[in-house]
Amino acid sequence: MKRQNSILCLSMLAASFSTAAIAQIGAPFIHDPSTIVECDGKYYTYGTGGGGLISEDGWTWNGGAIRPGGGAAPDAMFLDGRYLVAYSATGGGLGGGHAGRILTMWNKTMDPNSPDFEYSEAIEVAHSEVDEDCDAIDAGLFLDPTTGRLWCCYGTYFGFIRIVELDRATGARKEGNKAVNIAIDCEATDIIYHNGWYYLLGTHGTCCDGANSTYNIVVGRSKSVTGPYLDNMGRDMVKGGGKMVIAAHNRVTGPGHFGRFIVDEGCEIMSCHFEADFDQGGRSVLGIRPLLWKNDWPVAGEKFQEGTYEIESERRGYALELAVDFVRMNGGMRGFFGRGNTQPMEPLKNQTLKEVIDTWPKGDIPARIGDYMFRPHQKWTITAAPDGSGYLGGPYYKIVIEGTNRALAAAENYQVITVPEFTGAPEQLWKIEQLIDGTFRLSPKAAPGVADGEQVILISAGDSTPALGKYDFNSDNSKWNFRNH
Amino acid sequence: MNFRKQTYLWAVSALMLALTSCGNSANAGAEAQDASKSPALSNYFAPVAKPEAKPDADGFIRRWTLLEPIAKPNRSNTVFVDSYLRQAFVETEYFPGQFDVVPNDGDQVTVGEQTLTWHQFDSKLFNVKLFRFATGLEKERYGVLFWGVTVINCTEAIQNVKLAAGSNSASMWWLNGEEVLLLSGDRRMVMDDGMSAPLTLKKGKNILRVAVINGPGMSDFCVRFVDEQGNPVKNIQITNN
Repeated sequence: MKRQNSILCLSMLAASFSTAAIAQIGAPFIHDPSTIVECDGKYYTYGTGGGGLISEDGWTWNGGAIRPGGGAAPDAMFLDGRYLVAYSATGGGLGGGHAGRILTMWNKTMDPNSPDFEYSEAIEVAHSEVDEDCDAIDAGLFLDPTTGRLWCCYGTYFGFIRIVELDRATGARKEGNKAVNIAIDCEATDIIYHNGWYYLLGTHGTCCDGANSTYNIVVGRSKSVTGPYLDNMGRDMVKGGGKMVIAAHNRVTGPGHFGRFIVDEGCEIMSCHFEADFDQGGRSVLGIRPLLWKNDWPVAGEKFQEGTYEIESERRGYALELAVDFVRMNGGMRGFFGRGNTQPMEPLKNQTLKEVIDTWPKGDIPARIGDYMFRPHQKWTITAAPDGSGYLGGPYYKIVIEGTNRALAAAENYQVITVPEFTGAPEQLWKIEQLIDGTFRLSPKAAPGVADGEQVILISAGDSTPALGKYDFNSDNSKWNFRNH
Repeated sequence: MNFRKQTYLWAVSALMLALTSCGNSANAGAEAQDASKSPALSNYFAPVAKPEAKPDADGFIRRWTLLEPIAKPNRSNTVFVDSYLRQAFVETEYFPGQFDVVPNDGDQVTVGEQTLTWHQFDSKLFNVKLFRFATGLEKERYGVLFWGVTVINCTEAIQNVKLAAGSNSASMWWLNGEEVLLLSGDRRMVMDDGMSAPLTLKKGKNILRVAVINGPGMSDFCVRFVDEQGNPVKNIQITNN
């Protein structure tokens, strides 16, 4: 059984920690980011007005990506060995002109420093006249994994969202193809496929209003790529339907322009912009969140919140802990057979670190999994690593026993230990990714003795034994939860 | 009193009649139109052909008498907070009898320097496209306020129904003179977006009135009544008077 309650758990935790849910670091300022694409180990996204962002690791983003043509809300995808970019040459706004054009162009690489970097001549694949019930802007590309056919949705608040089919060999409009209306009152739409369903994601709410922007991303789904796309209440998106995927939260407002990036089986992220990041001067910034699937509906996960947690194994529900002596608390059974019932009822105090730490070895201590008893050897304080390193959507984390600098670390022979002092070594840095079912996987940045290119994660080798091993989304051995008890 | 009856035929009705053979272009005509002009009114509205209309299959009420748009300039819809709307919808008299009148086709009112005409029609779509009502009549399309009236006829009282409405942008709804729903803010039209408290459609005539305000962008509304189970109420007749 796949556990969903960690989603709720994290949501509650998000409200209880003071640490800001920072967006990407660097200069991640953008509006309407295209779906993130990877090229030669770097990540790229393009925004309204031209240009875009580049990241070496997916966490630190800066300008430098190049997209000619200006206009609004582009999209990009890797297709058949090259990159296809769709954009609109226009963007008149609610009170402006609505003669729009959707164009596509190719490039062999996204790296502007590559000698192969050259966009092909843009070609028009759809357009709208000045005053019809559509404004041909905000392109979204979709390759149907079931048919191999290429589609493009487009449109904005001015009338209908439409879909047309493109020729995947040329990026041009499929000859004879007729546009189909699939929604109203959306912007920056995108289509994805999951488990037999096509999903249309669109942005609702007020755009371009900074801290007051009510932008949010909603979704409907269909068994056909051309719709009808119905929401969870059965409302067609051509009648305004839509189920919430992400809205304002944790000091960011106005999420818009959905994009999906599949990291691995069962591990997906969604990109968007936040119209205002309160911790970055209210600027519009790139947002990356885990993409979860709940009852076959997509919903944004939370950015991991720093704090102190039980790290719970999804395999059995036991907790990651130090392999040290269990130190018993004073007392014993009370309240049974009249024992202790005549004494005053005083609250028991939690066992403290000070009471037990001298019983622990001073050097390396193996990690173990055991019954969670909210004891000091089971409480892990997790904070972003001080070196600022990261991965797609998050920073690497330092994981130490609460109140100490004793750090969780990958070790030789696929073992997991704790070292007495955190040094920042790569085997002490952990990637924390939320999986589509709401659980998490933890991966060391490096593991001694593990060959380059071999990806290992923290697994439950047995109910009571952690280890490093191969990720398998279909096994609960690969999954963990973070709980604040 | 500036509200005066007119006996002339709605000139646009003739145009619509001539074009009623056109299909439902809002869905069928997804291709870009080869014209710089606004789509014809007849793509969205049909002249009233029969005295009574039924709700459509989903219960949406398509028969309305609409007043040409009142100029109400707003460069942004973000001003449509509740207090602004109460001032704009309730505390401002645009024309005498605005909360009581059940107008005839062609009746006119004077609002400031505007002389505006009421038009009766059946929407061809589930939603009433106010934006296209304005563009089709070559009236101002942005920064406007629309008034609409329709009459719900019941053979017996129907209890515990709710008015379910959506509008672009903000709107206020009255049933038999009582305010039943306010949809505030910069909003897009969503079916069943707002629900009234449970109410009773009385036996006989029930006057349903709406005001919709919009700055930039398209404007429209959709409305139906739903029963306690959320099913559309369809055992009603809809008339203009």
